[in-house]
Amino acid sequence: MAFSDNLAERNFPFFREQTRFRSLLEPKSAPELEAMAQEAQNLTAQFFGKTVRLFAPLYLSNECVNVCRYCGFSRTNSILRLTLSPEEVEREARCLAEQGFRSILLVAGEHPKWVTPGYVASSIRSIRPYFPSISIEIAPLETVEYQEIVDAGAEGLVVYQETYLPEAYSSLHLSGPKRDFVWRLQAPERAYRAGFRRIGIGALLGLAPWRQDAFALAAHAAWLLKHAWRSYLTISLPRLRPSAGGFSPEHPVSDRELAQLHCALRITFPQVGLVLSTREAPSLRDRLIPLGVTMVSAGSRTDPGGYTGAGRERLHRTVRGHEEPPDREESTAAATEQFTLSDERPPYVIADRIRQLGYEPVWKDWEECLTNASSV
Amino acid sequence: MDPKENRDPLHVAGRDFYSRLLIGTGKFGSHALMAEALEASATEIVTVALRRAEMGAIRPEENILSFLDSERFLLVPNTSGAANAEEAVRLARLGAAAGMPRWVKLEIHPESRYLFPDPVETLLATEVLVREGFVVLAYINADPVLAKRLEEVGVAAVMPLGSPIGSMRGLETRAQLEIIVEQAGVPVIVDAGLGAPSHAAAAMEMGADAVLVNTAIAVAEDPCALARAFRMAVEAGRIAYRLGRLQRQTQAVPTSPLTAFL
Repeated sequence: MAFSDNLAERNFPFFREQTRFRSLLEPKSAPELEAMAQEAQNLTAQFFGKTVRLFAPLYLSNECVNVCRYCGFSRTNSILRLTLSPEEVEREARCLAEQGFRSILLVAGEHPKWVTPGYVASSIRSIRPYFPSISIEIAPLETVEYQEIVDAGAEGLVVYQETYLPEAYSSLHLSGPKRDFVWRLQAPERAYRAGFRRIGIGALLGLAPWRQDAFALAAHAAWLLKHAWRSYLTISLPRLRPSAGGFSPEHPVSDRELAQLHCALRITFPQVGLVLSTREAPSLRDRLIPLGVTMVSAGSRTDPGGYTGAGRERLHRTVRGHEEPPDREESTAAATEQFTLSDERPPYVIADRIRQLGYEPVWKDWEECLTNASSV
Repeated sequence: MDPKENRDPLHVAGRDFYSRLLIGTGKFGSHALMAEALEASATEIVTVALRRAEMGAIRPEENILSFLDSERFLLVPNTSGAANAEEAVRLARLGAAAGMPRWVKLEIHPESRYLFPDPVETLLATEVLVREGFVVLAYINADPVLAKRLEEVGVAAVMPLGSPIGSMRGLETRAQLEIIVEQAGVPVIVDAGLGAPSHAAAAMEMGADAVLVNTAIAVAEDPCALARAFRMAVEAGRIAYRLGRLQRQTQAVPTSPLTAFL
């Protein structure tokens, strides 16, 4: 049985909390929203304590064969591209470890030649000495391919459905393997079977009417909690940011709506982790943390080699599958980022701010020996 | 209470403890606040998640271990994060190899929603760890048969849950806890779900040898004050248990009985 079994009838599986969740998404008065925020805050403290985990993304590659209207890495965008070698990945990882990170998310575009499961596995092996907790956010794979990555030492998988509405999905993903909506939707289930312990799902807000996406996302979460019962589930609510290609969101989500959605998910799923990235501005991030966020990224770069300049000598454009050199004046430039960031504070500043908010920043929340049988 | 006046210590694995309140160290808003709450609780046994600790002298200002005085408290590493016996055993060995006491609070939860312990894996891991010389304190559901099985393989104490971790719902497993306490040949430490000092007092009155509290204190408005309140509740509950409890009556019983002249 899969989450997507009844999608042909446009039905997401029933979940026990769905009536309450739907009512939590409805427009709220200020006092109603405040009451939701209080409840969300209390539940978060109860289940997660007064702690906030920190992680950093590490972009391996911005090569991509998909054409997606909203993404900076989209194949038809003429951007500076780069795939880091495992040695360069290690250099970037060391830089992040020195800043204090113990939890890392490896991110890559979809490219069958450059971003293979073997390449991702080698990258993971190269950074294992520095990170007890390694997650990946790459294009959906087969179960056996996921197993190779788990065996290499990854314990978390992140795959956002972008939008759960099939029509919107199909109008946004114009060509490439990513057009397969169901293949992507079933990725968390395959990842679970392959042995990933943490599974992150989410919707990219701005692509489709947010209440509909939020409802489907909650149905997906409820389904995974029941069927992928051994995994630890996290949800992320990224809002679309400016990027190469200049796509502007057709269904923008306001700060108020974003806060309401965080609260609604927290109240409905008290034990699920909520992840907040540096896409959001510092002032908003600081205010969302007390509403139920349990994990934040910090000091992020969304371009491969962004932390150390690794691999810049190989920057190129990819035109119809062929590499072309950058223009002369671009030879010292960086790879193009996936999207522009809002919170550019360094990690230690963010950690200090978390303390000021009354929370303990948690850098390390995993032990390598849990995922590596030969370590003890 | 002055420890010397306390003729009722808790015995675990050949050691005497004069506090019957164990404290877990997760969830505090800061390490400094945690250290103050430990002080206020007068606890002697503190559990710490190995997955949170940095082994070695890495960034002491942010490492939880540098806020825990190992001279003062018995630091018992816990195996939080382990989903099966093998992983729990690896974590326990890691703690011992890093110089922590050869004690372990064994907790194996395969799922993160309710954090219920896996009874099968807990029994398997206890067997291995006891053979390797660990003092094992096993976190279990309130299952009287499992408690006895663990005792048979050498567990040093059983730690049955009152209600799910962090839920603060109190002694929802009361009926089974009473049986565990009645039958136990090792100390029974009620762990998880104790949300108020009255819950801790009730567990102690029932005959639990000790309780472990974490969330309620860690997320309290004033963790130190609540730690003190838990300390008092545990002491009160223990005294009441030692005095014994009179039968419940359905009718009022006069304090000046009619037959007193006889």
